[in-house]
Amino acid sequence: MNPDASTIAAGAPIEVDLSPVAEGQDIKVFWRGKPIYISHRTKKQIDEARGVNVASLPDPETDEARVKSGHEQWLVVIGICTHLGCIPIAHEGNYDGFFCPCHGSQYDSSGRIRQGPAPANLPVPPYQFVSDTKIQIG
Amino acid sequence: MSGPSDYQPSNPALQWIERRLPILGLMHSSFVVYPTPRNLNYWWTFGAILSFMLGMQILTGVILAMHYTPHADLAFKSVELIVRDVNYGWLLRNMHACGASMFFFAVYVHMLRGLYYGSYKEPREVLWILGVIIYLLMMATGFMGYVLPWGQMSFWGATVITNLFSAIPYFGESIVTLLWGGYSVGNPTLNRFFSLHYLLPFLIAGVVVLHVWALHVAGQNNPDGVEPKTEKDTVPFTPHATIKDGFGVACFLLLYAWFIFYMPNYLGDADNYIPANPGVTPPHIVPEWYYLPFYAILRSIPNKLAGVIGMFSAIIVLCFLPWLDAARTRSSKYRPLAKQFFWIFVVVCILLGYLGAQPPEGIYVIAGRVLTVCYFAYFLIVLPLLSRIEKPRPVPNSISEAILAKSGKAVASVAIALVAAGALFLGSLQDARASEGSDKPPGNKWSFSGPFGKFDRGALQRGLKVYKEVCASCHGLSYVAFRNLAEAGGPGYSVAQAAAFASEYKVKDGPNDAGDMFERPGRPADYFPSPFPNEQAARAANGGAAPPDLSLITKARSYGRGFPWFIFDFFTQYQEQGPDYVSAVLQGFDDHVPEGVTIPEGSYYNKYFPGHAIKMPKPLSDGQVTYDDGSPTTVAQYSKDVTTFLMWTAEPHMEARKRLGFQVFVFLILFAGLMYFTKKKVWADSH
Repeated sequence: MNPDASTIAAGAPIEVDLSPVAEGQDIKVFWRGKPIYISHRTKKQIDEARGVNVASLPDPETDEARVKSGHEQWLVVIGICTHLGCIPIAHEGNYDGFFCPCHGSQYDSSGRIRQGPAPANLPVPPYQFVSDTKIQIG
Repeated sequence: MSGPSDYQPSNPALQWIERRLPILGLMHSSFVVYPTPRNLNYWWTFGAILSFMLGMQILTGVILAMHYTPHADLAFKSVELIVRDVNYGWLLRNMHACGASMFFFAVYVHMLRGLYYGSYKEPREVLWILGVIIYLLMMATGFMGYVLPWGQMSFWGATVITNLFSAIPYFGESIVTLLWGGYSVGNPTLNRFFSLHYLLPFLIAGVVVLHVWALHVAGQNNPDGVEPKTEKDTVPFTPHATIKDGFGVACFLLLYAWFIFYMPNYLGDADNYIPANPGVTPPHIVPEWYYLPFYAILRSIPNKLAGVIGMFSAIIVLCFLPWLDAARTRSSKYRPLAKQFFWIFVVVCILLGYLGAQPPEGIYVIAGRVLTVCYFAYFLIVLPLLSRIEKPRPVPNSISEAILAKSGKAVASVAIALVAAGALFLGSLQDARASEGSDKPPGNKWSFSGPFGKFDRGALQRGLKVYKEVCASCHGLSYVAFRNLAEAGGPGYSVAQAAAFASEYKVKDGPNDAGDMFERPGRPADYFPSPFPNEQAARAANGGAAPPDLSLITKARSYGRGFPWFIFDFFTQYQEQGPDYVSAVLQGFDDHVPEGVTIPEGSYYNKYFPGHAIKMPKPLSDGQVTYDDGSPTTVAQYSKDVTTFLMWTAEPHMEARKRLGFQVFVFLILFAGLMYFTKKKVWADSH
């Protein structure tokens, strides 16, 4: 009952052009049926994400570990709440990040869980920068 | 099932069969001469009701499966086509969907009856555990069945419930992938759920056979909890129990028919009339009412894994009930403390159900935690403790003695309390979807409301005109065909008029012999063409918000009625939240934005739209559409007409539903009455 060959083939890596995404904006793309949020973060959002005491977080992880160095403005996360799989809404909640409408989990501008029942941070999908304005997810 | 039978058929052909396969003897000893305690009350008829419901669900389900398409792109539409085009498809679907709720309602009564009268105690432990297994199978079946229509709630319910398994350490993620058959809930998931939804009811039927077998070995428990000792304590199953169960089923059918014919969407969720969209999560994900207490337990526990364990333990704990409660007295009738705690437990379950439908915030979370503790405390602390400290009242020596001493205590008050509590519980769902803000749409007087409601033909025709001239430029009506305009219960056009109406449209067809697509005039069998080729085009042309298809809009929109209205709604058959909302939004535009509300660029203020910022500009203004019949050409009249029309598009067979409902009720009331008097006659010398 595991995924069949066509489903696996359809899950191959995809390329996303980032040039149309302005600062403060974000886009949602689908990869393997999952929504991936790509946020072009503002300076304020980056500072907020880096300003917190990492040890105080429920799932401690530094912002540096969640983005690619040299591309700090880009946050790429799988937009599926780690609680029960709903899709959080971007730019909502108290932490300038994501808010899940189902059970009230709140994530910060680095996609890290800050409040609510979710146990873990929004996962970062495997991706790399092909050029300065293009990434490959998968 | 209770040992070798001495049944001998008189017919030689039957004798021949009986010598080779003693099936008639088995039936005879199990369902005819089988001794059943004389003092059983009506709570014992729920066993028969449940068997009836299982048969009903399998029968309607098998027929529905003949018309259903288990594919992510087609499932939603195929369900709509069942309701619209299959002969009596609307009836089959309502029977099956409401049947699931009725099945669970009956199983909860059946379980609570077992709990109250100690039916799980020695020697009926295996009987009870088989019952818990049936209940678990029912929950799995019900959940997968709810996914099949592939609406928003189906999809997101499936996402949330399958994700429960991801809480399992180490294997969680692989189990979830296995359930999905992909990387997320999608077409493979729908396919396997359909397959399992078809399989599980037959497994249930198999376990039911074991359940009945175990019952007939141990014998039925009874309200006094003393085993039958002499022949005077029992009556033969047929005709006594048969006729009593028949009367019970007839009464239950009255409740069932109330939902099927008059309140088919009362227990459902308006969001499930929106096709599944993996990119948008509905604001409140609420499971069907029968899962709500467990959903509340899940959400009360802040840790994910612990929450999932808590939820499953809430059911598994039932398996251990025969050993947790060691009291020797079976029936709570003779256990003054256990009786009180039982009713407290019932209230706790109902309140948990209420909380399961509320948003998980503030006081609801705290109350949920307290009640979760109460739920488990009942099984793990109260029952073991009571069996040690409680002094039960003396139990009668035999069933016949208990019948002689029977006081005329009214069971009615309990029944009424239970019905009221049930109504509160069921209605909590409606309450849960209360929209933010206090701007509730005003109620209207609709021609189609109430048990004898019919569509106003004039309003339907005018509404069609408003749709065609105004709404159709942005909104599709893709489930409605031109031929529907000439069908009974619709706007009342003739077949020729519908054909003429269709021919005014250009419909894309092809490819022709040259391989090209071409346009031709519409035919009655064509569906209303949509204004945009796809959702993305609709979104791009309308500033990012796609105008929804209007075929189902009056069933896909709702608003919270709040306590205590939802209880009255059950009795008054009020189910026009959707039309009230649609008509309110059409009239709710206001150029003057109240203070404290900010409307983003490109949006408009609407008093009744959730969040108040709507992308649709004010669509109607006075005098915009001309009417030939002299009706006032005002926004209020337009809204009323187009809403009536959209109610018809959402449910074209509504008139047939209400008409048949009346006939069924007349029949059922007569039938129940006859059953009652037959039952009285049969039991006349048995009390």
